[in-house]
Amino acid sequence: MSDIGTAFALAFQLIVVLDAELVDIVGRSLSVSLTAVMIATAIGLPLGAVVAVYRFPGRRAVVILLNALMGLPPVFVGLTVYLMLSRAGPLGVLGLLFTPAAMIVAQAILITPIIAALSRQVMRDLYEEYREQLCSLGAQPRHVVLTLLWDGRLGLVTVVMAGFGRAIAEVGAVFIVGGNIAHVTRVMTTTIALETSKGNLALALALGLILVLLAVGVNASAAVLGGVSAYRRA
Amino acid sequence: MSILPLILEEVSVQAGGRALLDRVSLEIGAGPKTVILGPNGAGKSLLLRLCHGLIGPTDGRVRWTGPDAARSRRRQGMVFQKPVMLRRSVRANVAYGLRLHKVPSIERGARIGRVLERTGLTGVANQSARVLSVGEQQRLALARVWALEPEVLFLDEPTASLDPSGTGAVEQIIQEIHEGGTKIVMTTHDLAQARRVAEEVIFLHNGRVAEHSDPVAFFTRPESEAASAFLDGRLLW
Repeated sequence: MSDIGTAFALAFQLIVVLDAELVDIVGRSLSVSLTAVMIATAIGLPLGAVVAVYRFPGRRAVVILLNALMGLPPVFVGLTVYLMLSRAGPLGVLGLLFTPAAMIVAQAILITPIIAALSRQVMRDLYEEYREQLCSLGAQPRHVVLTLLWDGRLGLVTVVMAGFGRAIAEVGAVFIVGGNIAHVTRVMTTTIALETSKGNLALALALGLILVLLAVGVNASAAVLGGVSAYRRA
Repeated sequence: MSILPLILEEVSVQAGGRALLDRVSLEIGAGPKTVILGPNGAGKSLLLRLCHGLIGPTDGRVRWTGPDAARSRRRQGMVFQKPVMLRRSVRANVAYGLRLHKVPSIERGARIGRVLERTGLTGVANQSARVLSVGEQQRLALARVWALEPEVLFLDEPTASLDPSGTGAVEQIIQEIHEGGTKIVMTTHDLAQARRVAEEVIFLHNGRVAEHSDPVAFFTRPESEAASAFLDGRLLW
C-alpha cells in the first residue's frame, strides 16, 4: 500500500519538476498523434462530406465500410503497417519501421475512418436541413461540400477531437511499428506498459495521470463546443 | 428578356401508389401576384417545389418557355415555410447567395445594404442569423433571395409560423418585391391572406387544380363545389 502511495508522490514530483524524460515522452506522444490527426482530418473530412452529399453507386457500401472500420483493432493496424514497412515488405525500402513516421502512419490509418464516419453523420444531418435551400440558391455539389464543412465546423471540431482522443490513448499499433525505443519512438502509452512491467510505477503513473488529464481536457472542450453548437442550432 | 411563361403539362407526382399531384396543367405568366390556395395536404408545397425544380414530376412536363428560358435556374428564387438560416451572420447569409450567383464583390456590398435596409435588418447585420426571431429569420430569407433580383419568386406559406405583425411585415416586403417587377407565386391556406395578396388564384384540391381564376370571381362566385366549401369553411379534407 505504501508502495503505491510512494509511487503517487514520485509521480506528482516528476510532473511538477517537469522531468526531462517525462517531457520528452509526452512531447513525442503529442507530436505523433497531432500529426496523425492532421493527416486523418485532411483525408477524413472531405471523404465524409463527399459521402454525405454526392450520390454514386456503392455509396451505401462505403458508409457501412467506414462505420465498420471505426472499430478497427489497433494491433491489427499495427501488424499490417509492420508488414508493409518491414524490410521484406512492399514499402520496406523507405526504412520507416521503428520511426515516429511509422507510428504516425499507423495512427492515421486507425483514425481516418473514425473522422470520416463521424463527420459524414454531422454533415448528413446538416445537409438534410440545407439541401433544398442550397439547391434553390443555385449551389453545385462542390459548393454544398464547402458550405457543410464551414457551417458544420463546431460539430466537426468535436469529431476531430474524438479522433485525437483515440490516437493518443492507443497502444497496440504504435508498440508494434514503433518498437518502444527510448528517445526515439517511446510514447506515453508504450512507456506505461513497459515501466509497469519493470515495476517503475512512478513514471508509469505520472504518464497515466497526464494521459487522463489530456482525455478529460479534450472531452471537456468537445462538450463546451458541442454546447455552443447546440445553442447556435436552436 | 423573360423566362416566363411557365407551363405545366399534365404533370403528376406519385408516391407510394398515391397521386399527390394529378394531371395538373397550368400556365403561369408574368404580371399578377399568383396565390395557390387550398387546404392542408392539397399539394400546394409540392406544386411549388415542382415549379421551382426542386423535385421532378413522375409524369408530364414542366417547361419555362420565355425567350430567356435557358437561364431559368438563375432567375428564380424560393422562400420556404421554415426559413433555413446558414450558420453565419445575417450579412453573410445574404452574401452567400450573391457569391453563388457570381455577383461581383464591388456590387455585393451595395445590394446587401439595400435589401437589409428594406427588410429592416440593418441593425442586426452582424449578428448570427441563428439567434434571430422567426419573424426576422423569414425577413432575412426574403432579403437573401431579393438580393439576387429574381424574375420569379416562389413563396411556400411564408407566414405560416408568424404572428400578425410578422405576417404584415412579410406581406409588405412581398408587395415591394412585386412592385420591383418580380413575379410572385405564393401558397397559403389562409383565406384572409389570399384575399389581401392575390391578383390571380389557383385553387388546389386533392392534387388537382379545381379552379384558376381572378380573385374577385373566385371569392364571390366560386365555380367548383370544393372551392365554395373551402370558402365556407366546410371543406375538411
